[in-house]
Amino acid sequence: MAASPDSNLAVHSTIGEKYKYGFVTDIEADTAPKGLGEDTIRFISAKKDEPRWLLDWRLRAYRAWLGMEEPDWARVGYPKIDYQDAYYYSAPKKKSAPGSLDEIDPEILKTYEKLGIPLGEQQRLAGIAVDAVFDSVSVATTFRKTLEDAGVIFCPMSDAVRDHPELVQRYLGTVVPYTDNFFATLNSAVFTDGSFAYIPPGVRCPMELSTYFRINAAQTGQFERTLIIADKGSYVSYLEGCTAPMRDENQLHAAVVELVALDDAEIKYSTVQNWYPGDENGRGGIYNFVTKRGACRGRNSTISWTQVETGSAITWKYPSCILQGENSVGKFFSIAIVNNRQQADTGTKMIHIGKNTRSTIVSKGISAGRAQNTYRGLVRVQPGASGARNHTQCDSLLIGDRCGAHTVPYIESRNRTARIEHEATTSKIGEDQLFYCRQRGLSVEDSVSLIVNGFCREVLQQLPMEFAVEAQKLVGISLEGSVG
Amino acid sequence: MLQIKNLHASVGGKAILNGLDLTLPKGEVHAIMGPNGSGKSTLAFLLAGREGYEVTAGGVTYEGRDLLAMAPEERAREGLFLAFQYPIEIPGVPTASFLKTAVNAVRKARGLPQYDAVEFLKILKAKRDFLGIGDDMLRRALNVGFSGGEKKRAEVLQMLLLEPRLAVLDETDSGLDIDALRIVAEGINALRSPDRAILLITHYQRLLDYVVPDRVHVLTGGRIERSGGKELAQELERQGYVGTAA
Repeated sequence: MAASPDSNLAVHSTIGEKYKYGFVTDIEADTAPKGLGEDTIRFISAKKDEPRWLLDWRLRAYRAWLGMEEPDWARVGYPKIDYQDAYYYSAPKKKSAPGSLDEIDPEILKTYEKLGIPLGEQQRLAGIAVDAVFDSVSVATTFRKTLEDAGVIFCPMSDAVRDHPELVQRYLGTVVPYTDNFFATLNSAVFTDGSFAYIPPGVRCPMELSTYFRINAAQTGQFERTLIIADKGSYVSYLEGCTAPMRDENQLHAAVVELVALDDAEIKYSTVQNWYPGDENGRGGIYNFVTKRGACRGRNSTISWTQVETGSAITWKYPSCILQGENSVGKFFSIAIVNNRQQADTGTKMIHIGKNTRSTIVSKGISAGRAQNTYRGLVRVQPGASGARNHTQCDSLLIGDRCGAHTVPYIESRNRTARIEHEATTSKIGEDQLFYCRQRGLSVEDSVSLIVNGFCREVLQQLPMEFAVEAQKLVGISLEGSVG
Repeated sequence: MLQIKNLHASVGGKAILNGLDLTLPKGEVHAIMGPNGSGKSTLAFLLAGREGYEVTAGGVTYEGRDLLAMAPEERAREGLFLAFQYPIEIPGVPTASFLKTAVNAVRKARGLPQYDAVEFLKILKAKRDFLGIGDDMLRRALNVGFSGGEKKRAEVLQMLLLEPRLAVLDETDSGLDIDALRIVAEGINALRSPDRAILLITHYQRLLDYVVPDRVHVLTGGRIERSGGKELAQELERQGYVGTAA
């Protein structure tokens, strides 16, 4: 991604600004009636002109959801959500049928420019294809032609349902079934857009794929669904970024991401999550209740998750790998930063099914203010997973004495040849470290940012380079005001 | 350049400095010697602005300004440098990038253009060759797993890069073998100039064979008991600190 410094994903804030993405775009929207019911689902499905099978699938999910309980095992607290008091579909009104950039509302183009994601032919980011999702729909996808020439399909989920129904029907819900859990099931019923990618056998995707999610409308939930399939021997690196306006009320984001890697394929999935985190007193912010899972179905396949979680009032998210294929590899690299009143309960699940499967977990949790940060992870080795190996490392860093860090690892091994290692550390930012940096001329903020970035280095190194630069800045900004 | 007047300071209610007076003019190198617990490190930390010290009387001026009223980073930007007796580890931050961040922070505060990576590497190379510091050490996280000698050399490298006007070196000679001591001493001598002042805090006279001070002060019980020329250091080496107060 050879973008100029000013045209990058995620952030380019300077110290002194807190949440730079809190603006609202004034735009005419097409919105579903408030509330959730079968009518809402039929409305969404009709808006998208969906085939019957998909509507039926949504309705089955909805009926299952009605009988489910909202999970309460995570170490997070929030008032009960009224699922009837929200909108489930909001799309910018289109002037005419979608197709070219000329037909997109200029206000939306301006919004993405302001976010550092220009979509126009002239300014678009070099070497990176972007699918821009605005509230419930995808508004543009760049470089579609270049990717098509390589045989790669990268488009909004709605287009995939229309243009590649056989692929969608074959894989949708096979990694995260519609009955999976409360939030994933809700997503299955009401999901609106998201990205779809298919990399054909033997193809190394010629550019980074990326989706930029933006919540704009008030009182609206965002329920996107992403599906990425890497066919035999293919490779893809995918990035996602997200921001939302500053609002006093909480907004729900319940996404589902499914990844499928066949024989010898590799998927690298990176997230920089910067949803609005709420104010210093914990008012407002996004509830980020997300289910992400990848299936290493093929032999020698690899799925790696890298996440930098700095936003959201609450993060509830466990990107996982099902290691089914022999010799398949799962990796999870995570940075979770919470400040003020933010709460994060995040980690991963590594399910070893195939022989000689390997997994690596590196989690870096940073807590400041009055925030609570929990790492929750499961490593399970099934009886058939002879020779399975896992290494887990969980490090927590505390800033101040009113925040909390918690580590909850679950380890279940049913095979005696498995080797599982778990290391955990908790430390505080030392007064000595701060003083040392300040003695060299760094401000308090820059010192904290430097120390925390050092603490996170192992994970930041996993990100594509330009993305890592932005993530480093974000780390500093998220912790502003956390010391002294 | 630096004027300390009747300085009284305590830590956690315990008096450490008891009426310390010291004047360090521009262009001079002064050594402060004293036994363990005499207040040497307290003085160094106080000058650099570390928290946890209570000044109960007296004061310090630096270039005519009230030093104690300035934040640590402000003092650093105004040209005060402290070489730590025990340099602090910063895990995950490569030494080279820490150096660049520090140099640019100071340059920015002084209204000078910041160095880009290429320019900085050039400047870095000249100074580090002088100190015998290899690329490998610059790539490693700052002070993490450094030997005692490497830590001290890294401090001197930082000092040379930041070009301070007042350098305070807290036992920079301790734990060094003779070759390392010579290299460190050359680094300090390279900094000597008519515009700068250097305060060497040391327990032993050894360093002063290589960095010859203009004045030597003996600190005992939190105050300067005696001052003299460079020959005072040799006298202390022969007789020890006991009896010097007489």
